[in-house]
Amino acid sequence: MNSLYYQKRLSRNIGDTFFTSLSVICALIAILPLIFLVTYILIKGGSQITPELFTLEPNPPGDDLDAGGINPALIGTLIITTIASIIAIPVGVGGGIYLAEYSKGGAFSRFIRFGVNVLAGVPSIIAGVFIYALIVSTKILFGSMYSGLAGGMALSILMLPTVIKTTDEGLKLVPNELRYASLGVGASMYTTILKVTLPSAIRSIATGVVLGIARAAGETAPLIFTALFSYYYITGFGDLFYEMGSLAVLIYNFALEPYDAQNKLAWAASFILVLSILSVNIFSRILAAFTEKTKRV
Amino acid sequence: MEEKLTLFKNRKRFGIEKNIDIIFKNTALVLSSFVAIILLGIILVVFFQSFESFSRYGLKFLVTSEWNPVKDEYGAFTAIYGTLVTSFLSLLITIPLGVGTAIFITEDFVPKVVREIIGSFVELLAAIPSVVLGLWAIFVMEPFFRAFFVFLHNFFGWIPLFSTEPTGRNSLLAILILVVMLLPIVTSIARDSLNQVPKKLRNAAYGIGASRWKTIFSVILPAALSGIMAGVLLALGRAMGETMAVTMIIGNSNAFSWSILSPGYTISSMLANQFGEADGSQVSSLFYAAFVLMILSLVVNIFAQWLVKKFSLKY
Amino acid sequence: MIKTNKKTPKNIILSLENVSISYGTFEAVRNVFCNFKKGDITSLIGPSGCGKSTVLRSLNRMNDLIPNCSLKGTVLFDGTNIYDKRVDPVEVRRRIGMVFQQPNPFPKSIYENIAFGARINGFVGDMDELVESSLRKAALWDECKDKLNDSGYSLSGGQQQRLCIARTIAIEPEIILMDEPCSALDPISTLKIEETMHELKKNYTIIIVTHNMQQALRVSDMTAFFNAIEYEDGDGGKVGYLAEVNTTKKIFNSPKEKTTQEYISGKFG
Ligand SMILES: Nc1ncnc2c1ncn2[C@@H]1O[C@H](COP(=O)(O)OP(=O)(O)O)[C@@H](O)[C@H]1O
Ligand SMILES: [Mg+2]
Repeated sequence: MNSLYYQKRLSRNIGDTFFTSLSVICALIAILPLIFLVTYILIKGGSQITPELFTLEPNPPGDDLDAGGINPALIGTLIITTIASIIAIPVGVGGGIYLAEYSKGGAFSRFIRFGVNVLAGVPSIIAGVFIYALIVSTKILFGSMYSGLAGGMALSILMLPTVIKTTDEGLKLVPNELRYASLGVGASMYTTILKVTLPSAIRSIATGVVLGIARAAGETAPLIFTALFSYYYITGFGDLFYEMGSLAVLIYNFALEPYDAQNKLAWAASFILVLSILSVNIFSRILAAFTEKTKRV
Repeated sequence: MEEKLTLFKNRKRFGIEKNIDIIFKNTALVLSSFVAIILLGIILVVFFQSFESFSRYGLKFLVTSEWNPVKDEYGAFTAIYGTLVTSFLSLLITIPLGVGTAIFITEDFVPKVVREIIGSFVELLAAIPSVVLGLWAIFVMEPFFRAFFVFLHNFFGWIPLFSTEPTGRNSLLAILILVVMLLPIVTSIARDSLNQVPKKLRNAAYGIGASRWKTIFSVILPAALSGIMAGVLLALGRAMGETMAVTMIIGNSNAFSWSILSPGYTISSMLANQFGEADGSQVSSLFYAAFVLMILSLVVNIFAQWLVKKFSLKY
Repeated sequence: MIKTNKKTPKNIILSLENVSISYGTFEAVRNVFCNFKKGDITSLIGPSGCGKSTVLRSLNRMNDLIPNCSLKGTVLFDGTNIYDKRVDPVEVRRRIGMVFQQPNPFPKSIYENIAFGARINGFVGDMDELVESSLRKAALWDECKDKLNDSGYSLSGGQQQRLCIARTIAIEPEIILMDEPCSALDPISTLKIEETMHELKKNYTIIIVTHNMQQALRVSDMTAFFNAIEYEDGDGGKVGYLAEVNTTKKIFNSPKEKTTQEYISGKFG
């Protein structure tokens, strides 16, 4: 036998084959259930979709025939995430600008960056607890307790670290030459940031922010005792100060009901939630890949 | 120098612009401090709300498992045990699976396209809301594993972890759904850390005749270890704080049992379950439990960040 | 089983027969024929991008690590085509070691850097002794005998490169491949490594890529000059080829090819 030839029974080759198979098995165990999960949600949920779903109020559980629709929850999710974005985006982008453009690695910025990471790791239910203590139990918002507004605030706490981080990192990627060019012709710092640096980083910031919004839209824990839930149509501005439904909380509540009709509604809501979140994710990935390619050319 | 000079002249010329510049900077400064304010606010509010319970029970709260709103007696041991056991056991399953998958997609076993598809798919899964995973766990996972749990109990019932008859929702299901949630985190961080190991180290090992797995175990994994560890810690933090999927499947029972085949509680599922309807000193006890959860996840998180800082300068 | 090529004389340890190497559809080098004699130091010289590293890596199958790199032709080592399907590349690399352009010690102690390779090659002798003798052969012993437990990264660039050489020597390969081992080093370190090579010549066959012609002249017995030209059938890119191979003296004093003459006199490169 030629000594250079591959010998199966060599201990190192047995070991290599063994571990290679092991990693293949790991990958299979990891991926197959995940594929199964996504297809199941899409098929099971997708089969429950009807036009009325989008227009009706949900019926209170009890009668197992007709669960109604998810209109209030759908609108509620849109409203609550919008409120969260209105709070988190300006604060986050502003904070990110400070970190990336003004503070050049001092103690303060290190502290804030550390805080951003810590805040990102705070369990989402704690954000709910915090807003409950601060807003709901104190009735500080014109005497209302549970409200869509409070829910939006709780969600904004979860969005904030994402927004700051993407802004900070997006701005750091902008080459310094660009800043010097603008400052060099006598532009002030804020013009440089608003007209030069921010626009050239806007794409990556926007992508990160949109992904953050998508993630927030699926969050449940911060809402269950801040926005609570509501079965009724949202009709006007004043409804912001009352309990407000959302897709996520609807899924939670109706999954635990013993009635089949409500369970189906939960699947339908999951379908809509997952489909929108996945599309946003896939779309932004494609966009990012596309931007990379055009940059390289 | 010249640049600064030009800037300086301009500033003198337009006083308003100078003011706007200062206002802009200070606004950004204030906005960035919000993070610190919120973080501090959370810690303080949760701490002060838990004060009543804290002064009543002290540290005894952590080791007793009575939770009785009628008798007004509270102890969070069941929930703390549940939090720790679900997060650690789920991590124990996730680490080999996730790192194994990460190795699979960083080596060249299959073409790059396939690896990239697997990689992005795993990342996409991190985006699925946990409440949806909970729904799936209730209606698909629980029936699927029922027979397996009976088998576990019959054959390994002598181990305290499996000592109770399985009845519907239980801690083990919570552990399994946590595995599904943590896999994307561990896999993608492990993959990034493995990819960051300089190519020249692999060359060095191959160049002196190391086999593929010898190279992986002796050179690549050690070099990626700190990154992987940090990812594992982040996942641990997530597991401890994860609420919805766990609340929906763990069975929510405060009756203490060592067994993971019996219904249990975690701190976060207890909060999700009881916070809305609690009153009196129960609220304060819930805040106390929330405070414990927050400290746990803060410690894990800060440790993870420290690890990243400490080891990122190695190459 | 492949028989030893009859035309190959006994003292030829490695030979390339009609080797062409491509990266995907791009052909980097074409139709190389070349013999390497046992116990010789052979230099590969030529303008950058002509495929010297590519050829060198093909000699111990390091090219396997590069996705979509493929080779046509045969590379005979010890009577065996190392690109035969049955050949285990790990085995090849144990007998043909490699030192890279950038020093690449493992993030381990100096001692472990050397012991690691020896151990995986099944070394059962006295490890301390092996570490010492390898470091001595690489002319590094005196500089680091007191800090064997320090990290390999605590050494200077030149020392790191000599550590990498020592690491390669420790596995006692038959051939050592070196890809511009001195390009990242200062002149003094370079001289030290050249001394090391003279030392190693007694026991090993060395094939070295260098862009420094003085170095080729100083250290090598044989020199192979590679060049790159545009082929008409190509897609405009340059394809590398072996222009001339001969004893170093002849290459530098009386090259047969005009391009060789031009290259060594510094007209291009
Ligand atoms: N990993 C690679 N992938 C694709 N092309 C490569 C790769 N390495 C080298 N090449 C190409 O092959 C040709 C020869 O490269 P190389 O062997 O590095 O030349 P040299 O070492 O003589 O400078 C060059 O045109 C180079 O661009
Ligand atoms: Mg080269």
